[in-house]
Amino acid sequence: MNFLTADLLHFHFFAESPQAAIKESGRLLVNAGMAEPSYVSAMLASFRDNGPYFVIAPGIAIAHARPEDGSLGSAVSLVTLKKPVVFGCVANDPVSVVFGLSSYSGEEHIQALKKIVVFVNSTSVEDILKIENVKELAILKGELS
Amino acid sequence: MKILAVCGLGQGTSLILRMTIESVLKELGVEAEVEHMDVSSAKGMHPDFIVTSKELADTMEESGGAPAPVVIVNNYFDEKEVFAAVKSMLG
Repeated sequence: MNFLTADLLHFHFFAESPQAAIKESGRLLVNAGMAEPSYVSAMLASFRDNGPYFVIAPGIAIAHARPEDGSLGSAVSLVTLKKPVVFGCVANDPVSVVFGLSSYSGEEHIQALKKIVVFVNSTSVEDILKIENVKELAILKGELS
Repeated sequence: MKILAVCGLGQGTSLILRMTIESVLKELGVEAEVEHMDVSSAKGMHPDFIVTSKELADTMEESGGAPAPVVIVNNYFDEKEVFAAVKSMLG
């Protein structure tokens, strides 16, 4: 499982729409070889069809699709947004942190979700937005001090 | 008792919600089975209650109503909010 590895990060991305932010989180997954381009289309289709339900905490979205939509492995990308974007989720808008999740079946998928939970609970949106590079992320994740 | 955590695809966010619910149940000392699934599969289920987002609660309402009482959670990571939500359904 690839969790927020260097190739799965984009800090201070400028997104003009929720779609652009979702797409970028998916592009990272594709570039890292963790998903097919079709997976990104499915992420966007889910937003279109199911709405912004995946904005599951103030400022935080977890964009994903189904394993059968073209996931090649379990992975989590992170896109922080230069300017917060309104996704249409009244309780939690605007969004400034987007996790892209490549849902792969099985235990690895559960571990990936657990890692997101542990990471989010150990920090804050404000602190995540301050991250400029991989080293600062590692410090925030508690891997470096 | 059976509790359902519902999201759009039944793969990601409902699983996060389920994890938070399970940890809250442990805290409450309540034995319950928690399942996670997508909104259309949830329609055929008969849980004691459903936990989901405002958006999906509205979706269920619009498409003929939810199969069980629904409690809304906005922050899936917030154990305090989930604790209050689950407790309100236990009566």
